[in-house]
Amino acid sequence: MTIETTSAGVLALIAIMTVVTLITRFGGVFLMSFVRINPRVESFINTMASSVLIAIIVPMAVGGDLGALAALVATGVTMLATRKPLPSITVGLLAAALVRYLA
Amino acid sequence: MSGAHYSYQFQANRVRAEFFRLLPISLFVVAFGAAFGLASTQEGLSPLESILMSATVFAGASQFGALDLWGTEVSVLPMMVVVFAINSRHLLMGASLYPMLKQVPPGRRYGLMLLLTDANWAACAQDYQNGRHNLEVIVGGGLVLWLAWIFGTALGVYFGGLMQNPEAFGLDMVLGCFLLTMALGGQKSPRVLVAWSVAAVSALAAWKWLPPNMHVVVGALAGGLIGLFWLEPKAGAGKEVASDH
Repeated sequence: MTIETTSAGVLALIAIMTVVTLITRFGGVFLMSFVRINPRVESFINTMASSVLIAIIVPMAVGGDLGALAALVATGVTMLATRKPLPSITVGLLAAALVRYLA
Repeated sequence: MSGAHYSYQFQANRVRAEFFRLLPISLFVVAFGAAFGLASTQEGLSPLESILMSATVFAGASQFGALDLWGTEVSVLPMMVVVFAINSRHLLMGASLYPMLKQVPPGRRYGLMLLLTDANWAACAQDYQNGRHNLEVIVGGGLVLWLAWIFGTALGVYFGGLMQNPEAFGLDMVLGCFLLTMALGGQKSPRVLVAWSVAAVSALAAWKWLPPNMHVVVGALAGGLIGLFWLEPKAGAGKEVASDH
């Protein structure tokens, strides 16, 4: 099925995207309401939660350009040294900008 | 299921504080929104359509993903698959907040989820790991991110030429760097480091060999399995009643 991108068509597409995204926002919470939280489940979701971050970041570092890698390495090192998020992010962005400027 | 279960107390002043806590990162979100506004205009969406999409979908990567499929016609099923796959991480994010969300009445619980996105979830999850229950960041932080995303989209739609090349300033890396600071700000026990290694390897394998956009969910679930079988020794203390086997 295809939808033409007329005014009505675009509105329909936006509505479909909204509903699909809402299902992802609500679905995990909804399913968890059937699960009894015990220490094992809690351990699973806590480890999974921080793994979400890693699973987003690592392919970004490997698949991106040198600037992307520089940004993440610089942010990581600064964060471990200072434990301050905003300065770390700033250093990361500067590293990306610098590497891309030089490339 | 009585009201007594719903013990979470929202504090208006904390919601306000979290709004301002995520304000700096939201400024970068404005830049991304502008990039989206520009791209969507170039694909032929009207200004109001672009802004409406950002307001109701509020999930940048999937909006860019949908634009890739845009033309005079759009195939519905492939678009739904792309949007679902890119946003499927929300399923895990929502699930991970459930221990807190179950203390909130269902209406408000799902209302909160309307504002769930990467940055406010990461902040909330990090606080939870450090022993702080902070659903206020989902509301206050989500609100500032949502407004920034809409405002940025509008900027891009009307003044797209302002930022032709956000990558030159490293702006495409803001979210990645932010998420990294959140990950490194949490606990780093051997168990977590093993889980992260498994997550990283699985995500890379999925990214290389599975269909697109599945690597986040695959990596996160693989990391979660480590937690399922390797419990933090102190995590069970005082909760023995619940773990009957």
